[in-house]
Amino acid sequence: MQLPPKETLLAMAATETADDDPFAAALAQEPVRGRSLWSDAWHRLLKNRAAVTSGVIMIVMVLMVIFGPMLSEWSGDYTDWDHTAAPPSLETGHWFGTDAVGRDIFVRTLEGGRISLLVGVVATLVSLIIGVSYGAIAGYYGGSTDKLMMRIVDIIYALPFMFFVILLMVVFGRNILLIFVAIGAVNWLDMARIVRGQTLGLKNTEYVEAARACGVGHWAIIRRHIVPNLIGVVMVYVTLTIPQVILVESFLSFLGLGVQEPMSSWGALVNDGAQDMESAPWTLAFPAAFLTITLYCFNYIGDGMRDALDPKDKS
Amino acid sequence: MIQEGIVRHGIGRLVSLIPTLLMLITIAFFLIRVAPGGPFDSEKPLPPEIRANLDAKYHLDEPLVQQYFRYLGQILVLDFGPSYQYKDWTVNELIARGFPVSLTIGGLAMVLAFVFGTSIGIAAALRQNSAVDYGAMGFAMLGISIPNFVIAPALILLFAVYAGWLPAGGWDWSVQRMILPVVTLALPVIAYIARLTRGSMIEVLHSNYIRTARAKGLPMSQIIRRHALKPALLPVISYMGPATAGLITGSVIIERIYSIPGLGSYFVTGALNRDYTLVMGVVIFYGVVIILLNFIVDLLYAWLNPRIRYDEAS
Repeated sequence: MQLPPKETLLAMAATETADDDPFAAALAQEPVRGRSLWSDAWHRLLKNRAAVTSGVIMIVMVLMVIFGPMLSEWSGDYTDWDHTAAPPSLETGHWFGTDAVGRDIFVRTLEGGRISLLVGVVATLVSLIIGVSYGAIAGYYGGSTDKLMMRIVDIIYALPFMFFVILLMVVFGRNILLIFVAIGAVNWLDMARIVRGQTLGLKNTEYVEAARACGVGHWAIIRRHIVPNLIGVVMVYVTLTIPQVILVESFLSFLGLGVQEPMSSWGALVNDGAQDMESAPWTLAFPAAFLTITLYCFNYIGDGMRDALDPKDKS
Repeated sequence: MIQEGIVRHGIGRLVSLIPTLLMLITIAFFLIRVAPGGPFDSEKPLPPEIRANLDAKYHLDEPLVQQYFRYLGQILVLDFGPSYQYKDWTVNELIARGFPVSLTIGGLAMVLAFVFGTSIGIAAALRQNSAVDYGAMGFAMLGISIPNFVIAPALILLFAVYAGWLPAGGWDWSVQRMILPVVTLALPVIAYIARLTRGSMIEVLHSNYIRTARAKGLPMSQIIRRHALKPALLPVISYMGPATAGLITGSVIIERIYSIPGLGSYFVTGALNRDYTLVMGVVIFYGVVIILLNFIVDLLYAWLNPRIRYDEAS
């Protein structure tokens, strides 16, 4: 998307407050010429240099993780006995060095990244689906349904979350599907709370009232009028949840409770690397750097999106 | 009048803790019981008679529901039963052994996080959009983004292996061995508190009564100390509950990396060995700690915040 001239941007900044109007969000669904909430938000996001840089880095990271392993002559599970615990070198083709049993760190880091990013996205989706439907229902129906549903959330919220994920992993064995579900299933609470709060506000708006007066059913209202207006908040929250989920997965894998050999993730690789860090620090440094950069970038993108979509918050 | 409101609110909150605690115990109990594999499974199967005796001793031969109520009854008198893995140890003894160590590290980390977090946050807020601000917030973002288990090996490598200033791990209650674990544990919390403090401080500094104070000609230091500090720290106070939960979770990792015999390392060992009673004991114990701390923080918040008064029935 092209950035409009400076004058337009300034004019936009001046009319920022008008975007709080929920109608603007509804109109954004239509191909309206002019400044919708979304195009405004998009321009604000583009002005945020940290967020844009992070976004570019993340695109590169995703491409690297998908195609990077093909560039190397080595495969992730191949044991190169001629170069065990070898430092990074261009001549041997082990660009990031090898671990104690001669596996190529470059390929392993990128393949581990596939798992880490996949867990991040999928588990976030699980929490998104549960959280949005739960929150939207609680907020829309209100009254005693809402009270009961939110009370349940409060109760689960007070439980020691990490310990339950560990318990789940111990109980059901370590497979990757369970990691998705376990992390997603415990991570939906914040989403449900946020969505519920938004829904409570939305359901008293004029257009929802109008829809109800026209005889539109509850489900249709939730699906067509409530959920689309939650997208902004939810998107911000999703961006902030992905790094959290990646972190939880690495935490589990680091403890030896996450993904298992021959599969790997950044957490598992950091754990391996930490064992040999004195003799072969590169086995720790590269996976750790990839993991940290990813978390860092996601946090900046999320922050940037929050600022962009919520101009009220800007002081 | 106001006191009465808080007291009533406190009692109400205390009562509402009961379902949470019950749920905590129930989930923990049934989850671990549906797990495949038991505490006495080993490479070499035990003779059936011995197995039956063991099961009878630990009441594993009773119906699940009966075991559940037996366990609930035990918890009521704070008896977590014997550990399956650590022979001759009860879970109570293991908790009594591990918790003081974890509490020391966690408590020190919390103090460190509070002091440094709020100072960095205030410094950044006072020089908003300056180099100090950007530096502090960049650092804070790093603190949030770099996981504990990356910081810890890096610190060990730097300060223990290369520089040789501090021991790489182990535990003997000496200050040298505490420095690295406490700092590692505190870093993400420092970062988070710094961000929180900065945000709320900026908001407070924009409020009318601060402008009035400035108009009266009060020096900035006094405005901060007398007027701005307390309201700005309110979000930090309410963050103390989640922060404690985070510290407890973090301590699992930290204790493992630095080989510290705290409750967290017992938990991981128990989890890897299916030590039912130990794992349940730790989950319930920490669950209660977190729930009670949240309760205290909640009361503290209500007491400090003049805008919250629990006079009307909610």
